[in-house]
Parts: sequence; structure tokens; C-alpha cells
Amino acid sequence: MSVEVKQGQDVRKIVRTFVEEQGNEKAELIPILQEINGKLGYISDDAIKELSERMNIPTSHIYSVATFYRMLSTEPHGRHVIQFCESAPCHVVGGRLVWEKLEQELGLAKGETSRDEKWTLLTTSCLGVCGVGPVLIIDNNIYGNVTPEQVPEILKNYE
Amino acid sequence: MKAIRSMVLVSSDPESMDLGALDVFNTLQKQIIEYGLDEEITLSMISDVHKNGMDPIVLVYPDAVIYGSVTTQDVPHIVEEHLYKGRVVEEKQISPYDLTGRVAWLSARKGTLPAENRIVLKNVGLIDPENIDEYIINVGYEALGKVLKEMTPKETFTEIKNSGLRGRGGAGFPTGLKWQFVSGAKGEKKYVICNADESEPGTFKDRLVLEGDPHAIIEAMMIAAYAVGADEGFVYIRGEYGLAISRMKKAIEQAKAYGLLGENIFDTGFSFDLHIHAGAGAYICGEETALIESIEGNRGEPRPRPPYPTTAGLWQKPTLVNNVETLANIPAIIRNGAAWYKAIGTPSSPGTKVYTILGNVNVTGLIEVPMGITLREVISIYAKGMKNGSTLKLAQTGGSSGSIIPASLQDTPMDFDSFTKAGVSLGSGALLIGNEDICVVDLAKVLLNFFRYESCGKCNPCRIGNKRSYEILSNISEGVGTLKDLKDLQMLSDQLYELSNCGLGQTAGSPLRDILAYFRAEVEAHIKLKVCPAGVCLMSGHRAYQTE
Repeated sequence: MSVEVKQGQDVRKIVRTFVEEQGNEKAELIPILQEINGKLGYISDDAIKELSERMNIPTSHIYSVATFYRMLSTEPHGRHVIQFCESAPCHVVGGRLVWEKLEQELGLAKGETSRDEKWTLLTTSCLGVCGVGPVLIIDNNIYGNVTPEQVPEILKNYE
Repeated sequence: MKAIRSMVLVSSDPESMDLGALDVFNTLQKQIIEYGLDEEITLSMISDVHKNGMDPIVLVYPDAVIYGSVTTQDVPHIVEEHLYKGRVVEEKQISPYDLTGRVAWLSARKGTLPAENRIVLKNVGLIDPENIDEYIINVGYEALGKVLKEMTPKETFTEIKNSGLRGRGGAGFPTGLKWQFVSGAKGEKKYVICNADESEPGTFKDRLVLEGDPHAIIEAMMIAAYAVGADEGFVYIRGEYGLAISRMKKAIEQAKAYGLLGENIFDTGFSFDLHIHAGAGAYICGEETALIESIEGNRGEPRPRPPYPTTAGLWQKPTLVNNVETLANIPAIIRNGAAWYKAIGTPSSPGTKVYTILGNVNVTGLIEVPMGITLREVISIYAKGMKNGSTLKLAQTGGSSGSIIPASLQDTPMDFDSFTKAGVSLGSGALLIGNEDICVVDLAKVLLNFFRYESCGKCNPCRIGNKRSYEILSNISEGVGTLKDLKDLQMLSDQLYELSNCGLGQTAGSPLRDILAYFRAEVEAHIKLKVCPAGVCLMSGHRAYQTE
């Protein structure tokens, strides 16, 4: 319990720093949320409360923004986040089989995080690298022209 | 280890051969050896490059310098000056425009060779995007100087209007007219926004411009700002485009350091400040009013229109929003004049269009060709044919919000008006080409899943209509569809089009409309015979491709 409280204070300190750096104009809300998401992995309740106080914006507005955008998350993720492109250009060049292999290898369905908190499996809309579909992204690494056979090899690269 | 410093290519099409390309090649080889450069320069013949009246052509890479009408007498000079001393022989240099040949796919893949008629992608892959000097050497910021010193704002937007340039974001609205609206709007403070939230599935043309030629966007935005009377701008780049964001940031810093961006530019009293806003992942933010909401720090939900952004946009001030590709045309139009631009493409849609080629073809990638090219030409020339000799079944033009067209429409010229006449959308220029292995029900399901997910949820027709359409398509793909479903899909498609607030909802129904219009028999086979003719849908009623 005490650990969680300490985390909460740390979170608030981090949020404060970002607001001081970027200013508390409403237009800075999304850039700051991106910074928080990048630093902490997700936007926690503590972060939203602190942000609300510092920027003078209702928590409801911050929450509505944080849940609107795909790159922001209000839920903690695993250590590695896999995003699989499910848009048409990747689909027609064999994306479905790659997705089935991913699900099978990880034992996860869309949106789930593994019990050991290693993996989170997400789908995403087009990432703009359609020339080399099917495409998947693990953390910040993009893999193109992926075949089902390559999936276990790719996953092996992550601890 | 040998380090290759340069690559020299000599054209070897029949015309070049007639004009002595082989002799040029042999002389080049001899000279390169004489100067002791043979360890660091490779020399080869290529058959894919050709320019009328300019053969034979010699290309030098990585400098991307093109020499035309080269004779054996020119060779010693070129070798000594360019290859040995590193100075370009300007009197023999020719422009990459009008260079024809089947090299476009190469340039898309390797970012080296110039394709035909490049305006938007003129510099992409040929200059160092992180070095402002390279942009300036390639006549960069010349157009800005021209408008600031020689033209009035009115002359500037009139020139764009006369060029016939139409917005490349998908809707095809006349760009000069939009500039005129913003210019005429009342207000002290105005904004210019570059819409770089390129999220249309299958489209990545804007990314390559941002990554490969960021200064062109800065220059164009400043010209636009001057024309409409704005002094501040935003580049809204989708958050997933990390490299584009960092290159753009760097370009802005460099332009500021050179005094090309900031206060009192070129001592003309014109000032402009430019910011970058990174998106956070939402397809809807490509819609201009949603994009504006997002910059203001809100959910990206489109506003009702009117008022249009041209009168009440960012912070309710008059705002000009232009797509990346649209802007990338601007400096060239200012430099070369409206008449020059109008001569390219078709009368109703002048200029070039950048297409992304995707799907079941041999070569995928990016091409920039004049408006009016047909799908058949794209597939046979640039995509090098269908994969494994398969047959074209359908193409989806313009990304998810575009149209699904059958093979029978592949000879329709691709420009705004011809496509509108055929009831097809050109959209963003994505060409997803599918063979007979594609099932239209499955494809429509994937598309509707996309819209279902990306709908902002603000208005009911879109939020509920997309979800319901997806459910019906899922049923059909699992073999539990009914004939009434066809009527319902048609109704949902019509309602999406007529009742949605913004372009996302209005276009979301087009895949439904198109599969019912062109591929009805195939959809009916799923329902009546419980068979998927393409063999894609599992038709089992149990776990198929669960995207939920």
C-alpha cells in the first residue's frame, strides 16, 4: 500500500514537471498527455487529477480526451506492446493468417495483457507503411512483410 | 574494402544507342580508369531512362545530377570536373522533368531515380532533407522570395486559382478559391494549417513528402500565409509519423536560423511563426474541423458546418487548412506560373497526382503521374502486373473511404471529374489492387470494422450505422445472413451518406453501396448457397476471424 502512495506522489511530480515545461494552456493538454503516456506507460487517475489541478481543466474533460485517442491509454500495458495493423491493405496481403498466428503464439485475444505482464496485444488502424504489409509494431520497432512463420522468431527478440 | 562513392548510369534505349550511347559509355570507362577512379565509381548501362531530344542521358548518383545530349567530347570534361573535382557541369545538366521511362517503381523503392513529371516528389529521395542548403540549391525558397518581393497577396491567390490546383486531401476543392475565402474573411488574426494527419488506410504519400522534403511545406505554408494574411501556422502531423515530426522540427529550426522564418522576412515586413502539433492517433482528425478541435486540446469531434473554418476555424479565427500534397505543389506553381501547371494533367484536374500502389501486384510503392492515367496503365506499367499472373478482380481507390471498383472500370481516366461521373471517389490516391482471392464480403467487413472503430461517436448514423453494418456483414460471412440483410445494408449505406455530420460517416457507406452495385451475386451466394466463392469466409457460424 505504501508503495502505491509513493508511486502516486512520483506521478504527480512528473506531471507537474511536464506542465511547467510546456505551459498550462489548454492547447498543451494533448502534447502533455503524450509525454505522460510515454514516460509512465499509461495515464493513471493520479496523473489526471494532478493535471486537472495544474491546468485548471475538469478531470472529466481530461479523461474524455485521454480515452479518445488511440496512442493514449488509461490502462497499464505489458512490458511490450504489440500493435497489429488490421486495415484493408495489410488484410488483403495475408494479414489474417499473421494475426491468427500472433493470437495462438501469445495465447491472447485482442486488447489483452498476458498474466506475466510481458505482452499486450492490440490492433491498430493503418500505420502508413502499407507498401510492406502485413505490418506489426512491437514497442517502437516496425516489422513489415511479416509471414506467420516469422512470428515466433520476431517474438523471441523480446525479453 | 572498396568503398563505392558514386554510381554513373548511361541510358541505353534504342534512341540513345543510335546517338552513340555505347561510345559515351566506353569513353567514360576509359576516363574513369585514367583518373584512377575505377575503385570508387561504378558505371552501368540502363535501359529505363529516356528524354525526348536529350539522349543519351548520363545520371550521376548520389548527387542525382542528370546530363543530357552527352557526346564523347563531353566525357573528359564531365569526368574531370564532376567525378574528379566534384563540381557539377552545369551547361550539360538537364532537369528531371519530362524524363520518361519505367523508372518510377525504382524511385519509389530506392528513393533514387526521378520519375516522370515529379512536382510534389521533386526533391524526395534526391536531397538531404535535414540540410536546408540542399533545398535552397534546388531553387528552394525562390518562390517565397518571388511572392514577397514581386507579388501582392491578391496576385498570389489569383495565380493559384488560375493554375486550377485542387485539394489533394480527397475532396478536390479548388485551392485558390479556398485561399480567396480566407483572404476575404474578416479578422485581424488568421491561421494556416497543414493537414498532415494522413490516416487513410493505404496512403503514405504525405509521409514521404514530410520526411523527404520538409522545407517545401514550410515554403508553401508561408506563401499561403502571405496570400491570405495569416502570421501563424500549425503543421498537424499524425503521432505515428515519428521521423516526419523530427525532420519537420529540424527544418523549422534551420529556416529560423537562416531568417527565412520569423519576423520581417526578407525585410518585407511579413512575419510568420510555425508550430508542430503531433496527433495522438485518431483517423477522424484528418477531417479539418476535428483537426482544429484536436489542436485546441479537445476530443477530435467534427464541428457542424457552416461556419466553415475559412471564416471561423482555429480559436474561431479564419483558418486555411490544406493537405501536404496540395501545399507541395505551390512553390512550383509560383516559380513556373499557372499556365505551366495547367498544361499538365487533364483540363478539369491539372497537375500530377501521387498514388500509392498496394495489394496483389508485383511492385508496390509510390508514383507521381499526371492526372488522368488509368488503372490499367498503373497496373501494367508501374505495378509490373498482377502477382503470380493472377487476374484483377477489384480495386479500391482512395483508401477506406474511397470506392471499390470492378475490373470493368479500369480504363476510366483517374481525375476528379471522370471519377465523379463514374460514381467513384479518387480520394487520397491509394490504389489497393485485389485479385480473385479477395472476397468482397470479407473486404467490406474489414473496412466497416475500421469505420466502426474510428467513428468519433458524436452523431448516431455513424456510430450506430457502422456497428450495425459490421454485424450484418459478419453474419453474412458466417453463413447466417438473410436476403433482408441486403436491403438493410443498402438502407444503412444511404443513411450513413445522408445523415452523418462529417465526411467520415458520409463515406463509410460507400463500400456497402459498391459491393451491392458491382458484386451483388457474390454477396448473394454467401446468403443463398452458404458458399464463399473466393473461399475466404469460413461460413461456419463459429469462430472465424474475430476482430472484436
